[in-house]
Amino acid sequence: MKLNGKRVLVIGERDGVNAAAIEACVKSAGAEVLYAETLCFV
Amino acid sequence: MPFPVITGVANVLAHAPGLVRYGSKPLRDIGRDPGLVDTLAAHLRPYQDAVDYAPNQVFIGNREPETLRTLPRPWFERADSGAPSEGAFGDFIAEPELVGLLKLCDRARLVQIDEDTLTTARQGLHRRGLVTDKEMDVLAPARQPDIDIAIERGEAIPLWLDGRVIGSMARGHEQDEALSANVLLENLAAKATGVLALRRLLRQVAPRVQPDAIDFVIAGSEEAVGDRYQRGGGNIAKAIAEAAGTTHATGFDVKSFCASTLYGVFNAAALVQAGIFARVAVVAGGSLAKLGMKYRAHLAKDMPILEDVLAGVAILVERATDAHPVVRLDAVGLHTIAAGTSQQAVLEALVMKPLGKAGYRLRDVDRYATEMHNPEVTEPAGSGDVPTANYRLIAALGAMRGDLPRDGIQEFIGTHGMPGYAPTQGHIASAVCYLAHAHRAMRAGTMKRALFMAKGSLFLGRLTDAADGISILVEA
Repeated sequence: MKLNGKRVLVIGERDGVNAAAIEACVKSAGAEVLYAETLCFV
Repeated sequence: MPFPVITGVANVLAHAPGLVRYGSKPLRDIGRDPGLVDTLAAHLRPYQDAVDYAPNQVFIGNREPETLRTLPRPWFERADSGAPSEGAFGDFIAEPELVGLLKLCDRARLVQIDEDTLTTARQGLHRRGLVTDKEMDVLAPARQPDIDIAIERGEAIPLWLDGRVIGSMARGHEQDEALSANVLLENLAAKATGVLALRRLLRQVAPRVQPDAIDFVIAGSEEAVGDRYQRGGGNIAKAIAEAAGTTHATGFDVKSFCASTLYGVFNAAALVQAGIFARVAVVAGGSLAKLGMKYRAHLAKDMPILEDVLAGVAILVERATDAHPVVRLDAVGLHTIAAGTSQQAVLEALVMKPLGKAGYRLRDVDRYATEMHNPEVTEPAGSGDVPTANYRLIAALGAMRGDLPRDGIQEFIGTHGMPGYAPTQGHIASAVCYLAHAHRAMRAGTMKRALFMAKGSLFLGRLTDAADGISILVEA
């Protein structure tokens, strides 16, 4: 998936990959993060 | 000075199908679709089915978690038929008994219960040795018309049992949202199940430790007790201590989302180690808000609604003796702000650092207790197998550090992890539910050490992006 120039909504998971980590990844690929939140599903 | 010891642990359950409608998710959905109540009712389990459910038998100590590995799924179809509601660690009470405890714990006279239910509650609780005649004698039953009037006027919400209204819970103030009937029911349920756990713990350690020998009580659950001027003002600890009969104690609450109870154990051990108190009890009642949290997935899969129980734990921490496992206060795992929020950073802080401080490697710990949520509850909702996900991350970190071979991750999970078995009751599923099992195994000489790791999702409160967690090494 090419993320360069894309706008991204980030939903992370506490027991998986959190939003901050996903945000760092997609930003490094050139995406703009519009929203990022980590959720807990338990 | 030797480290403080854990001398007793109680794990209790309370069947609460009538309260599932007041769980946060069902309550919001019923508000939009009142017909949902009937669908929910059709998927709620009878008491004996919930008692027979193998993960619940693990929780109260009649099974070891590892036995679930060989039990084919779905577990709800392979119940331990006729299993006892008395466990090695505590009781699994029926809903009439829970309602009776709500009434017993209601100092504000907001709970009304009909005579039949109160009589059933009294018999059940008395048979278990959890109440005295004297304290039950003063509880007056309500007449059905009085129950109905309070509900019709909008001053109270109904309490249901087997499809009929057997009582009500009144609001505490006409305008105060913090004292609405729903909020008060949630808080009272936490208190009642906390009292159940603490009373069960006191029975376990009697006659060596009498209730008036408890110096301090720490509560680590997830309710917010207070009014409009101090929402979450707290000290449910003292309310539980009072109702459990530990009259020489005072107490306070510790809060950090699901890590609250384990923080409570840390605080208790520190207070004992400092010489301030000889005996500190840590207690946590159940979370009504989380009843039926994943009911939609269970309905979609035509499963019973498995989140139909409230849980409670109580732990006694005392000055050192040779006969009980110690809390290694020299190897507490703490997640500092500077540590960062990635999973790797959290696990470095909560697993690798404390092991390093104690001079151990990953395999030196017999069992890791992490988020022990029952996967049968979470998987249908797409939340995965939470304990296994955590074990996989711990093992992967170990492989990165050279503690394990890269192909040894699965073997590590099998030998140092466990299947999840706890109800999705947040702070109780977060590691502390395994303290009772570890205490038993260490006393029996079959386990040397276990690491308890709990995470707190601080970001849910919208005040920070920070993660949180604590870990404690317990050692025979």
